[in-house]
Amino acid sequence: MEKETIVELQNIRKEFPGVVALDNVNMKIRASEVHALVGENGAGKSTLMKSLSGTYSNYGGAVICRGEEIHMKCEKDAFQYGISIIAQELNYVPELSIAENLFLGREPKRGKIFVNKAERLKETQRLLDEMGLDYDPKEKMGNLNVAQRQMIEILKSLSRDSRVIIMDEPTSALTSKESEILFGKVNELKQKGVAFVFISHRLEEVFELCDSYTVLRDGKWIASGDIKDVDTDKLIAMMVGRDIKDIYPPIPEVGKEIRLEIKNLGRTDVFHKVSFQVHKGEIFGLAGMVGAGRSEIVETLFGLARANEGEIVLDGTPIRIRSVKDAIENGIAMVTEDRRSYGFVGVRSISDNIILPNGGLFAKGGLWDKKKVQMEVEKICKRLSVKAPDANTLVGNLSGGNQQKVVLAKWLVRNIKLLILDEPTRGIDVGAKQEIYSLITEFAKQGLAIILISSDMPEVLSMSHRVGVVGGGRRLGVLERNEISQNKIMKMIVETKDSE
Amino acid sequence: MNKKKVLSSGELYRKYGIVIIMIILFIASAIINHNFLKPQNLVNILKQISVVTIIACGETMLIVAGMIDLSAGFLCTTSACVAAGVLASTGHLSLALLAGIVIGCVCGWINGFLITYYKLQPFIATLAMTYVLKGIVQLYTNGQTIGGVEKARFLGHGSICGIPIPVILMLLSVLVIAIVMKTTKFGTCIYAIGGNEQATIASGINTNRMKRLIFTLSGTLTGFAGVVLMARLMAGMPSVGEGYEFDAITAVIVGGTSFLGGTGTVTGALIGSIIVGLINNILNLLHVSTQYQLIVKGLLIAIAVIIDIKTKENKKSK
Repeated sequence: MEKETIVELQNIRKEFPGVVALDNVNMKIRASEVHALVGENGAGKSTLMKSLSGTYSNYGGAVICRGEEIHMKCEKDAFQYGISIIAQELNYVPELSIAENLFLGREPKRGKIFVNKAERLKETQRLLDEMGLDYDPKEKMGNLNVAQRQMIEILKSLSRDSRVIIMDEPTSALTSKESEILFGKVNELKQKGVAFVFISHRLEEVFELCDSYTVLRDGKWIASGDIKDVDTDKLIAMMVGRDIKDIYPPIPEVGKEIRLEIKNLGRTDVFHKVSFQVHKGEIFGLAGMVGAGRSEIVETLFGLARANEGEIVLDGTPIRIRSVKDAIENGIAMVTEDRRSYGFVGVRSISDNIILPNGGLFAKGGLWDKKKVQMEVEKICKRLSVKAPDANTLVGNLSGGNQQKVVLAKWLVRNIKLLILDEPTRGIDVGAKQEIYSLITEFAKQGLAIILISSDMPEVLSMSHRVGVVGGGRRLGVLERNEISQNKIMKMIVETKDSE
Repeated sequence: MNKKKVLSSGELYRKYGIVIIMIILFIASAIINHNFLKPQNLVNILKQISVVTIIACGETMLIVAGMIDLSAGFLCTTSACVAAGVLASTGHLSLALLAGIVIGCVCGWINGFLITYYKLQPFIATLAMTYVLKGIVQLYTNGQTIGGVEKARFLGHGSICGIPIPVILMLLSVLVIAIVMKTTKFGTCIYAIGGNEQATIASGINTNRMKRLIFTLSGTLTGFAGVVLMARLMAGMPSVGEGYEFDAITAVIVGGTSFLGGTGTVTGALIGSIIVGLINNILNLLHVSTQYQLIVKGLLIAIAVIIDIKTKENKKSK
């Protein structure tokens, strides 16, 4: 049975100065369907959806909504046609409450002037209940974590009675439980005739949730069809234009010497009695829910926060880490989860970013050794194959994968002993992911100890020698290589939670 | 990877666009008024901008690092008056110079301390400092001009090879700060703090210490500017210097430094300062009244920032 087409995109073309971002792209969004829009970073997915949701108004081609050509000049026009977008970078006011954010610009009124606060709270509560979320409507948006904010954003577009909801990477910061709730809601709304466009890097989610797909590559339309007619390999092949047999490289042998030993580490109210060891050349995975304390544990190792109990032993010597400087001096480096906030300075060059933490290496008496800087930066960029015109390119202008490589470069230009990677491949396309994985194995081969935190289960399973599982931030169980399985990890997360 | 050679169009504008504007203004001024090209007039323009440009050197570092100093104007006045007082009572120019610079240094450090230790916004901390200094100047001078500083004549009105000393001092300040910002570790930190403070902290840099250092250095420059001001006026005047902070900030902004932090150069500030000086000069030569000059200055700031935003937009949409 052919479902009703709500929106059809015909020959959409969008140019930016010097670049054709979209080249004759076609797409049909049908009622009661979840349509996956997939492609590597820079393929034009977000641009296409911005053209559909009124953010970009000057594009070639036509948008047909229920048989009628429509032209949207701004986001508000799009709302009127029932099209809403949940952007990758969330729009919210941190100082305002959930309820205030939810109804921003369309507050329920008392009389014609005053905001009806009681009504707003009631309505917010109703929406929250409907979604099965137990947040306080008066809570400030800024006090929520990324995942919670994402849920509110989804709630916002649901509350607008949208007919087409575009979700740009909605699950990248959600835990599997929250993703499940979201998918449940999506399926429920689908039955009621709502159409979804789902943009995601996580192909397993695409297969779980979506009915049809469109693949874009380099701004061009590649293929559309029903999800049931393709498999992961086929989809990836279409996305990257080449076959990827296995994106995970084999991981090397573990060394015998213990590099890092953590004994009963704890931080009040955050985690307690965390103990584990990492050997030379070992990749130690850290799994667990977002917010379970994985990031918090490694933050203490890197001096971003202080532990108040326990011991950290590096290469047999107990060390104290009170600041990032201490950590760096001890040979500990970290690639943080939030690349944009903590990883790099976007308005500065690749070279500046790489030398920033390496004053001891590159500066003499406070002056940069220009020759050395140029040589070493060039060398490390080559080694990590950073793709950029030159070392003066601003990091903010690079793709996600290359930005991550610059972050890696700034630590690997010096001799480090322990490398902490917190969600190193989040928001990075398949090709770049593969490169990052082979870099990680190369570092391990050189004897570095690596702690790898990831919410991407296949990543943890394939890339770790051993896995530590954190549940509720209180306990840590360790799985040996031969014990690692998705079920075991999930079970440990649940068990440690129960024993709190 | 060749340094310096490849620049994006936005950077290209940032680097040279402002120079082109300066040249156009220069040529236009020369055509409009025949007195403009007289050497005496050109030297005068540079002399007039010297004090504000020295202050702008410090202000550039602050704005690039995402901060600002509103107290620079009165700090300059304070330092000028104290230097005049010291010179009048001791008769030693070197002591006067030292006193002026030390005052700038100390006040700058206090600003930095308030901002990093008590986490005051730079805007607020330096606003508070402005009032304190205003009071101190009045107390110190009793509202009277301090004279008897004949020994400062060479500093304010002398010249070497025909170039006035204040202009030489201004160019020297610009050169030193340009080198600091471009080639030192400290300079890279200034840009990094303004670009992304969290990432800078996560790179193991004590940003609070750096911020105090930036404020101290900026205050020192302002103190130095105060001594130059005193020498130019041949007096310590409690009423001159007010508003210099905004003139300096104007020069910095017109010179292409973004108020968002992370980008900008001190040579840009110099050129910005020259542009403002050129406009003031030509308007003076044309006998345009001060009121109109102020309006032109205001429009200039708005236009500079509009251009700044537009070039950024172009960059983004690529």
